[in-house]
This record gives sequence, structure tokens and C-alpha cells, in this order.
Amino acid sequence: MAKLTFTGGIHTYDGKDLSKDKPIVDILPVGDLVYPLSQHIGAPAVPIVKKGDYVLTGQKIAEAGGFVSAPVYATVSGTVKAIEPRRVVTGDSVMSIVIENDGKYDEVTYSAIESADELSKEQILERIKEAGIVGMGGAGFPTHVKLSPKEPDKIDYVIANCAECEPYLTSDYRRMLEEPHKLIEGLKISLRLFDNAMGILAVEDNKPDCIKLLKELTKNEKRILVKTLKTKYPQGSERQLIFATTKRAINSSQLPADAGCVVNNVDTIVAIYHAVIEGKPLMQRIVTITGDAINHPQNYRVRIGTNYHELIDAAGGFKCQPEKIVSGGPMMGFALFNLDVPTTKTASALLCMSRDEVSASKPSACINCGLCAEVCPGRVVPKMLADYAEHGQEEAFVKHNGMECCECGCCSFVCPAKRNLTQSIKSMRKIVLGKRKK
Amino acid sequence: MSERNDSMMKVSSNPHIRSKVSTSKIMLAVILALLPTTIFGIRNFGLHALLLVLVTIASTVVTEALFEAVMKKPLTIFDFSAVVTGLLLALNLPPKAPLWIGIIGGVFAILVVKMLFGGLGQNFMNPALAARCFLLISFPVIMTDFTCDAYSGATPLAALKAGESVNILDMVIGNTAGTIGETSMIAIVFGACILILMGIIDLRIPGSYIVTFILFIGLFGGHGFDYSYISAHLAGGGLMLGAFFMATDYVTRPVTKFGQVLFGILLGILTGIFRIFGAGAEGVSYAIIIGNLLVPLIEKITYPRAFGKGGERL
Repeated sequence: MAKLTFTGGIHTYDGKDLSKDKPIVDILPVGDLVYPLSQHIGAPAVPIVKKGDYVLTGQKIAEAGGFVSAPVYATVSGTVKAIEPRRVVTGDSVMSIVIENDGKYDEVTYSAIESADELSKEQILERIKEAGIVGMGGAGFPTHVKLSPKEPDKIDYVIANCAECEPYLTSDYRRMLEEPHKLIEGLKISLRLFDNAMGILAVEDNKPDCIKLLKELTKNEKRILVKTLKTKYPQGSERQLIFATTKRAINSSQLPADAGCVVNNVDTIVAIYHAVIEGKPLMQRIVTITGDAINHPQNYRVRIGTNYHELIDAAGGFKCQPEKIVSGGPMMGFALFNLDVPTTKTASALLCMSRDEVSASKPSACINCGLCAEVCPGRVVPKMLADYAEHGQEEAFVKHNGMECCECGCCSFVCPAKRNLTQSIKSMRKIVLGKRKK
Repeated sequence: MSERNDSMMKVSSNPHIRSKVSTSKIMLAVILALLPTTIFGIRNFGLHALLLVLVTIASTVVTEALFEAVMKKPLTIFDFSAVVTGLLLALNLPPKAPLWIGIIGGVFAILVVKMLFGGLGQNFMNPALAARCFLLISFPVIMTDFTCDAYSGATPLAALKAGESVNILDMVIGNTAGTIGETSMIAIVFGACILILMGIIDLRIPGSYIVTFILFIGLFGGHGFDYSYISAHLAGGGLMLGAFFMATDYVTRPVTKFGQVLFGILLGILTGIFRIFGAGAEGVSYAIIIGNLLVPLIEKITYPRAFGKGGERL
């Protein structure tokens, strides 16, 4: 069977060998934990604890600030030390709850159930909503909103995004190998919400062991298919993944539901399993700590709120002076100027690079080679958009589909003139989006 | 341990990795791919051809460096684009042309066509071809005198136009009169294969150009789809050099795939018109520079439709 894919995209050094064969290890935080109230797209959560309160692991400390929002839970036991603005990975200051860890990890009791069959659709959605689950692939869109489209009967596919196309990242890979039943159960729970839908586990072909395992485990599942994707970045981008698996193309202003699809990433689906079956809120995630500047690249199960310093220390510290540290993958992650930031619901990796290729290369004149247009999954011409952006030509930028850019970074990656195309386009997109909000 | 390193980190927008391809590597690859036909030309036409090639390249590189020094701009000669321009121009000169022709051509290509319009990436015409056309108009006698020790003065295309018969095997190998780099079809196609295998050019422009040209001369050439007549037209003149190395010049061709096909078709038609209905035997150079001028229009009508735009289910 031909491998499923989309037009455009790039192949890079994938760096996955550094951490792919290392099992997931738990990190127990020691110091203070910081919980930003905005770890998701939508309204910030509203604190329901105050300074001096004692909280248990698994206790809700902030409730959703609206429908498109998500509650936040304490992931250790201890005392609320402060509610104050703290720095997050993007460099912004976000109002956060700070908890002083008492090191006891005393937990609340969770309301576990035997099977999701005993719950109604509304009850399933309520448990997911209450657990504070958001898209853990990076976007952070509240999952209960994704799972509540206007017409649930018109959803044909519930897609588990197992592509993990970002270089260096292996957290989903380890999750699939180590806890595949949680992924499959989580997907089955999601399918409960959509009577007419098929479940798809979409995996890139650089993970043949996962494909084999998932196929074996789902061979008796009538509503679940395992589909093999071509290994290419950004295969796991939502719109590209929908196209690869269903041949339905949606533009930036449409939702996956418009193509009859719901897409969730591996960690998110596992979180759905934890929430619905075990009654546990979203408290931890898998983080790939990797790069050539770290002593022990590995995948770690990290409690949300854990300081990045603790992650680096857990991975054996730096092997050499890192020039750049990225939260997330090298293509779409955020470069950090300071490690004193907390792990959030959307932090998939911590990448420590001994050499920064961006500052080492000097942008020069565009030679019109067209590589950027060739690799662009959004089918725009990045070099023209970047020109419009750099000259402040907003109208021309929008007219030439500038808002269709998904900021995947392919154009900057391939550019022989080393232009920072993605950066220019991103900046203009922010300006245009900012004006639309007003 | 992790604390001490904080202040040393670099920050930038995503993505944080870059491919190894660079402008200078692309230019070096083009130079490499032009070497077979350059070497063949020098073997064919002798030492003066070599001198002409070197002098022309020196002229383009020195012009670029001097301009940048005078204008206090960063030196860009190490992207090797000026070398490519110089080499291409030299390959388009008659083998016995005096050295000053190469110097004047090089200065015109770089100073007038490239630097005055903003340098690399901003020129609206292929600098080498624009300079060749400038020389053709300014020094028509020198630029059309192809007599040399080995061959009589008439190029195969001129002979063909005059109704004489030509030896196609000689034309394919390159044992004919012509400019330094245009005579050997084999050497040019071999070089082009290097570029195609390296992924630097593809067949969209050369393919649509050559196919359109064949159709055009088949329909309007007065010989029908005669095998030897068409082969002579393909192997003769600068068609191969133009189609593979000059029409594919990144800066002066459309950036979109569909636009590139249109561009190739346009060049095929223009070359056919010039060769069959024009006064001279040649037409590739003029076809390409006129095609270059139409690129902005082609890009305007071929801007791609964005992914999922329209919102319909496929």
C-alpha cells in the first residue's frame, strides 16, 4: 500500500536515536512547582486556592475560566506559596500558582471506574473537561472542546496523531511501545462520543515496531485502523495529517470537524484514558530531554509544574556548554533564554544543542530558488510572503494567503540564502491577527 | 550545575535547525556542471578560448568587488554568483573574440544588469545573456565571426537556414563552429544531468521549452516533423546551453511550478519565431531575455492556491 502523505515537507537529521531506546523514567520534583494559569488556548484558569493553603497531589487549584479553558491541578502536596506572574517558555510572564513541595506527595483519592461503558457521553465529556486535558502536542487546545463539535454524528474519523514528526522527539514513541493499551483504550473512549466514526492510529513509517504492535493489539477492534504514514516533517501537523489519512483538505480558518475529523495526539489520548477510567486529572506528561549537550538523553515522566533546572539535573546535566536550549522540537519549539521556567501541559521536549545553526548562518539575498515554495505544506510562496512582511505590506501579505501559513518552519530550514522566512511571516501574522481581534 | 550556563544561551525564532544547502554551494555546483562544455570548448578552440574564459570571469568578479567597495556594501563575491555569470557569458562568446570583449561584457553584466538593480536576486534579466545581447548589438561583426582554425565561419544553424545540409553527428559531439560553450550537445547535457541529479534544476523549464520548440518548428519550420531537420535545430545554436543553464537561472525564472512550465512554453515559441521568421539564425538569447521580462506577469497569474483554500472536500 502506498504510504499516506501530503505535498511538500522536509527530511531532516532526526536525532531520535539519542533517546528512542531509553525507557520512560519518573522524575520526582524537589523544589517549588509553578502552575501557569494559561497553559492552553482560551481563557486563563481562575485560582481557587490562596496563599498559605495546604493542597494535596491531584487537588484542583484553579478552575476553568470559561468553556474554552481548562482547570489546573496540583501535582505534589504542599503549601501555596504565592500567586504571582512567573516567566514561561515563550518568554512571557503569566499569572501562576506557586506551590512549595513538602516532599510527601500525599494524594487525593480518585473515582476510578471499571469501564467507560457505564458512562453516558455527557459523563465522559465531563470527566475529560474536569481533568483539565488540553492538546498536549503543543497547541494546547482544550480537549473537551475538540470533542464537542456541533454535529457529532457527522464525524467520520477520530485520528490519533502518532506521527511524531518533529526531529529529536521520542516521547510518543516510548508511550506507544510501553503503554499501547492506554492509547487504544483512550481512543475507544473517544470513539464512544462519535457513533459514526472510525478510529485511526496514524503512525510514521520510521516506527515500524509501533505499527506492528498497534496492529497486533487492534486486530479484533472493528472500529480502529492503523495507518502508515510516510516519514516527513510536518506529517503530524493537524491539517496535513487529516489530508494524509482521509484526502480531505481544510484551510486555516476551518476546523478538523469541517472535514469530519477529530485529531488528538498520543499523550492527550492517554490522558483521556487516565481521566475517564482512573478518574485522574492531567498531572504529568512525557518529556524527551535530549540533544548533544546533555549527558543522558532520555524520556521522562514529568509532573506538570516541575522546574526545567530539575529536568536538566535529572538528565545528568550538561555534557558541554549548550549554545541553545529549546522547549519543544527544533522545528517549532521555543528557544529559552532562561531555564527557570516550569514544565507545562504542552511541553513535549527539552532540546539542548551544543551549536546553534541559526546564529551561525548569516541571512543573504534571496536567489529565488523556489525551495521554500516547494516544501511549503500550506502551498504558499514563503519568499514572497516574507518580502511583504519585511516591507510591512499587510494587504499583499493577506492576499497571497499569508494567513494560511502554519509556521512549521520548513521554508527557513531549506533556504540556501539562510533567510529567516518563518520569523518574518510569523511576525506579520501576529500583526494581522492582532488587528482582527480588535 | 545547570545554573552557570544560563546567560550563555542563544535565542531565536523557530526553526532552530538549518539545512546544509547554501547559495555558494549551489553556485559551485553550477560551475562544476558547466565544466564539461567549458573544457570541450577550450579543447576545440584552443588557448585563446581559455584566456577569454578566465578574463571574462575576472572581469565579472572584479566589477562586483569594486562596486561593493565603492558603495561600501558587504563583499558578496564569495557566493560565486559572479563567477557563474562570467563563465556563462564567456561560453556565449565567439572563440576568437578579442579579450576586451569579455571585459566589456563582464562589466556590463555585473554593473548594469546586476548591481545597479540591487545585486544578487534583484536582476530582472539573466546578466550573462543581457551582456551577450548588448555585445551583439554593439559589436555585431566581432560577435558573429565564428571563423577559427578548425572550422569555417558558418555555424550549423546559419548553414541550415541557408538551405545547406549539416552533419548532425558533428553537431551532437560539438565539432562545429559556434560560441565557446554552445557547440557540444553531449557535454552540455552531461553537465545538466549533474545539476538534475543534485536536485538543483529540474526538467520543468528545459522540458517544456524543448518540447514546445520541437512542436513549433515541426509545424512552422517548413520541413514538417523531419527527423534530421529537428535534430539539427536541437543540437545547433545555444538551445541546449540556454534551456538547461540559462532559462533555469533561479533569479530570472518564475518561482512557481506551473509558472515554470508556462515560461518554458513561452521560450519555445519565442525561440521558434526568432529562428524561423527572424533575420538571424539564432534566437535563444533574445527569447530568454524577453521571457525574463515577462516573468513578473507569469508569477502574477500562477500564484498557487493555498492548501485547503476554498474549503471543499477533495
